[in-house]
Amino acid sequence: MTLEAFADTIIPGVKRSPEDRAVAGVSPDGGAVAAGAIELLEWDATGVTDGLDGYAGGLNRHALTLAAERGLALDESVPPFVALSFDERTALVGSLTAPGHPEKSLWVSLALFCNMAYDSAAHTHTAEAIAAGHPGLTAMGVTAPDADGLWRFPSYSYGRPLADLHPDTTPTGSPA
Amino acid sequence: MSSVESTDVLVVGSGFGGAIVAYHLAAGGARVVMLERGPWLETGEFEHDFKLGSSYTRIFDFVVGDGMSVLGGNCVGGGSVVYFAAMPRAPRFVFERRGSIARRMWPAAISRDTLDPWYDRVAESIPITQQGWQDVSYSGGLWAAACNHAGRTANPVPAAVDTAKCVNCNWMMAGCRFDAKQSLLLNYLPAALAHGAEIRPLHEVQNIERTGDGGYRVHYQLVDDEDYRVTTGSGTIDAKIVVLAAGAAATPVILQRSEATLGPMPYAVGRYFSGNGERLNTAVLNEERVREVLGLEHGDGLAYAANQIGKGPTVANWDRLDGSLPEYSRYSLEQLYFPPGLGTILALTAGSDPTWFGLDKKEMLRRWRSWLIIFQMIEDDNEGVFGPPPERGNADRLSQQMLGIGRLSYKPTANTQAAWAMADAEVKDILERDGLATVTPWTNDLVGAYTVHPLASCRIGDDPHTSALDDRHELRGHPGIFVTDGSAVPGALTVNPAMTISALAERAVPGIVRAARERGVEVVYGAPAPDGSTSGRRGAARLAEALLSR
Ligand SMILES: Cc1cc2nc3c(=O)[nH]c(=O)nc-3n(C[C@H](O)[C@H](O)[C@H](O)COP(=O)(O)OP(=O)(O)OC[C@H]3O[C@@H](n4cnc5c(N)ncnc54)[C@H](O)[C@@H]3O)c2cc1C
Repeated sequence: MTLEAFADTIIPGVKRSPEDRAVAGVSPDGGAVAAGAIELLEWDATGVTDGLDGYAGGLNRHALTLAAERGLALDESVPPFVALSFDERTALVGSLTAPGHPEKSLWVSLALFCNMAYDSAAHTHTAEAIAAGHPGLTAMGVTAPDADGLWRFPSYSYGRPLADLHPDTTPTGSPA
Repeated sequence: MSSVESTDVLVVGSGFGGAIVAYHLAAGGARVVMLERGPWLETGEFEHDFKLGSSYTRIFDFVVGDGMSVLGGNCVGGGSVVYFAAMPRAPRFVFERRGSIARRMWPAAISRDTLDPWYDRVAESIPITQQGWQDVSYSGGLWAAACNHAGRTANPVPAAVDTAKCVNCNWMMAGCRFDAKQSLLLNYLPAALAHGAEIRPLHEVQNIERTGDGGYRVHYQLVDDEDYRVTTGSGTIDAKIVVLAAGAAATPVILQRSEATLGPMPYAVGRYFSGNGERLNTAVLNEERVREVLGLEHGDGLAYAANQIGKGPTVANWDRLDGSLPEYSRYSLEQLYFPPGLGTILALTAGSDPTWFGLDKKEMLRRWRSWLIIFQMIEDDNEGVFGPPPERGNADRLSQQMLGIGRLSYKPTANTQAAWAMADAEVKDILERDGLATVTPWTNDLVGAYTVHPLASCRIGDDPHTSALDDRHELRGHPGIFVTDGSAVPGALTVNPAMTISALAERAVPGIVRAARERGVEVVYGAPAPDGSTSGRRGAARLAEALLSR
């Protein structure tokens, strides 16, 4: 749940149900969680899988510190990071990934995979993800491939000169 | 009788620097073995797929450093398999650069004039097409039109792409499925094999030691073909000549690790690294303004919305490539495509914090089809330095493939930062004119700066204090070891580097032939281009003769 809340801070989404606590629900459609961030993180090919419990624990410890600093009373029925508001989660992730934070590289790599789940569905075959309406690829407008799973764009060019060439261009097209 | 394997010439890495030298040495009669840490994929294995474990992550490498991350190839063919195939020659002024050492950094023997015959040899060997406006992608056309609107010129970029075969899928980084991109798998490497060279994939070279007879013993580990974190064995090969071409992010690391057995390295090994001054900007276009201001439109009533379509970089602005301008103020601005997976995380929103993640970033991603990426290549200050080597290879591998943590440290100097700021401002000026777009640079705060053009970490030069190699690419103090990859290039080039790396490798061959002959290898110089063409050889004959007899 804690990692879901982290992923939802990177690319926020819509709540999966009214009871959803991990997803803050600040966006009208699916975000990193719906895109499969947890599936990706739990795949050992990423190299972060073994450390996930540690990541969740770390986030919750940082959340408690933040709550103490700001005098926030956290709902104890969910992990501390989940109990934070979206804005508080955002502020915390911002400080953990800021230049100079001693744990920065850990949190940046976690964020990298959350973002990858959304922008490229790196846990799924791309063509299948698009066919299944993957939230990230769909929102970005990534088109579907041809029937053989390969992309081809027969129309690709305005097809006309659109600027003057640099006067010092060699006959083979390089700078002089 | 020993069971030690031996060869005449051992080449480390199979990218531009490795493949070119291997071809010529094998064609000249030497026994050549190439060791390549990555896998060997054929055309049919290049997939259009972002799933981890597909060709995209098998052949690609992303090493995070302290202040600089390096992206490159990890396969037979090296960077040529994953690259975008823009192949311009470096402008004349580049060879006169002084950079951080306050005197000319290139060897006196090399200028644009003396390199041109070698460029010609490459152009004959790797078919490079001068692209016309009908080949330029929508994003290239958009960049050209915006440059024109802002009173600037713009050029289609020469590319090693067979436009008749290209389907504009923009999957170049996963390897070209259509044999349109003229990677080394289509020219130098098959020609080297035809002349008896051997290529051994999944062999990662770790270090080198001297043998009793003046030769070298090269130590490698075997890498698992799926999980690159795992090694499955090790071995050694003895060679009379060693050619290091593991790329500028890996070659100096092998030499640093070999210091224990080879003795002290020249000071410049692992120093003077340049990222070729690279930096990216993302523009999010206002489609209506593109139509109104630039008069652009293509099918379906779209003005642009074509970020996904094309073949990498197709158009560049070269107005600042002017030798009369001061150093650190000359750069090119090239349209580019960078796919999702790695190509969105560093893009920033133009709004308030947070700019690289969160709600506004999600909204920016929603407009991904209207993104235009502009690639700057400025003159940096060669400020990269490698720390002590990791246990193996050039990184501690984090993921099964692709992602690792290396030892490169890069703290951009004021010169570099000012040049980036100047280029950022110019891109903004061109693309934000008349409300065309909103432009932001990629952040350097997450993984530092980044480059797909690592250079100069083991460079040629005339001054032994600031160059690791003499002008024949031989490692100072270690005769018989040559370096022919991007690490040999003295500094940032202001354009894409593969053409220059290749020309330098072609130029290095006569000197390597000479050294091999001195060590008793029966090898001659003078092979034609891989397809048998000979006009390049004729053009370089006089220069080659001089290098052979020095
Ligand atoms: C996405 C991308 C796009 C690019 N686009 C362009 C472009 O359009 N134009 C351009 O000019 N340049 C481009 N480049 C840069 C270009 O690919 C490089 O400059 C070029 O490949 C460098 O050549 P090289 O010989 O130095 O090394 P590489 O081509 O990188 O070859 C080095 C080889 O050595 C192998 N290796 C590394 N360590 C070891 C070891 N220890 N043992 C054995 N093998 C090892 C590597 O796996 C690799 O195959 C691009 C690069 C990338 C990543």
